[in-house]
Amino acid sequence: MGHKTPLYELHASMGGKLVDFGGWDMPLHYGSQLEEHNIVRQDAGMFDVSHMTIVDVSGQESRKYLQYLVANDVARLEVKGKALYTAMLNEQGGIIDDLIIYLMTENGSSNEWYRLVVNCATREKDLAWMADRAIGFDVTLNEQPELAMVAVQGPKARAKVAALLGGSREQAINELSVFQGFESEGWFIARTGYTGEDGLEIMVPDDEVAQFWSALAEAGVAPCGLGARDTLRLEAGMNLYGSDMTDSVTPLESGIAWSVAFEPSDRQFVGREVLDQQKANGGYDKLVGLVLETRGVLRGHQRVIVDGVGEGEITSGTFSPTLGFSVALARVPAGTGAAAKVEMRGKEIDVRVVRPPFVRNGKKVFE
Amino acid sequence: MSNVPGELKYVSSHEWIRVEGDGTVTIGVTDHAQEALGDVVFVELPDIDAEVSAGDDAGVVESVKAASDIYAPVSGVVVAVNDDLEDAPEMVNSDPYGDGWFFKLKLTDESELDDLLSADEYSAACEEE
Repeated sequence: MGHKTPLYELHASMGGKLVDFGGWDMPLHYGSQLEEHNIVRQDAGMFDVSHMTIVDVSGQESRKYLQYLVANDVARLEVKGKALYTAMLNEQGGIIDDLIIYLMTENGSSNEWYRLVVNCATREKDLAWMADRAIGFDVTLNEQPELAMVAVQGPKARAKVAALLGGSREQAINELSVFQGFESEGWFIARTGYTGEDGLEIMVPDDEVAQFWSALAEAGVAPCGLGARDTLRLEAGMNLYGSDMTDSVTPLESGIAWSVAFEPSDRQFVGREVLDQQKANGGYDKLVGLVLETRGVLRGHQRVIVDGVGEGEITSGTFSPTLGFSVALARVPAGTGAAAKVEMRGKEIDVRVVRPPFVRNGKKVFE
Repeated sequence: MSNVPGELKYVSSHEWIRVEGDGTVTIGVTDHAQEALGDVVFVELPDIDAEVSAGDDAGVVESVKAASDIYAPVSGVVVAVNDDLEDAPEMVNSDPYGDGWFFKLKLTDESELDDLLSADEYSAACEEE
């Protein structure tokens, strides 16, 4: 048996099909992955993401430490509660994990601290790496295993959560800007997500989360599993660690160059030299979107053939419920143009190469 | 527990076979199979008049999760395919033994029916998986 989140019993009683995910027993779906996907695009769904690892970083040098640890620059966080997406790199520029960092105090405050959310499958490796890099910095790393996390996503997600919570939280949620969070009596509520829809990610103490989940269900928020989470994030063109990016590829090769802060040029973060070199040399592989508008489903690890250029590989692929055909992310050579072929079941099938995302706010967005 | 109708025959690759009594059989995938596949999004069916031998690939079912081959459980000639699955592949999930049927074969060797599993034998085979 794997680890269980505080919502395990509720998943089972609500008909969740529980599967192993990174050592955790998590719901894959509650009947139909497609229906859950569509509910998030059209209304509101909720995901138990309590398996994710929350680490608080505090101490005099927490900013200095994070400016060294990750490729994005926490100095960009100018407002309390603001979120930053970034990657943590090894010395070779390879991605150890991707994470969200929230600034939890006023900018420049003397007791400044940050909250990090990293992936569950990479927990041990991340914590060990972060502890090693912390040597010589005046910082303290505190994992927060007693916090559960629920993502409520969809065009009606914010309104439903706001109405349910009421009072000062209701007002704060209604006024919350994108990629911004706030603390409230041990909860942390942020307007972030992994679906390409509006919504919230809410950290809740373990002993309060079951009641919250049940109340959300009563308020008409549909429970959704990891299956829908994967099709939603892929439509939204968001990478999955372990599939679309790993220890052996850099952010430049993974479509997240935007999350690397090259300026100021004197900030020395782990992996910087490799990225500077790669950027200067050019010619590195890129992560692109593939679209197959006829029958068939693109799948991870299928071979991509680019005539006259070379070969690549699909890093994740799926049927897109919103579009009605298949989409994928693939790592391909730099010179790849608008067309490629994918080897599917022994045949080479023509696909279009596009720039992700595929879907945002319920609508097709690629050309 | 998945539904395994007693009047049908089965093979361990999770197709069901209904013996129509006129020299033809109807073939689909079992409830157990559709549940394991998850939401079905595309079905590729054999061509009418195609000749297949027992164990041949005769189609593909693609779900959100994976692509799986459909095997001909017995030898025969394809006499009908369920075109409705093209627009409504979800019928494989909602009604695997009814509207979600795949194709019909005219048998070339009726004795092959003796090799098929009964409902009890198939249920036992699923338990062992």
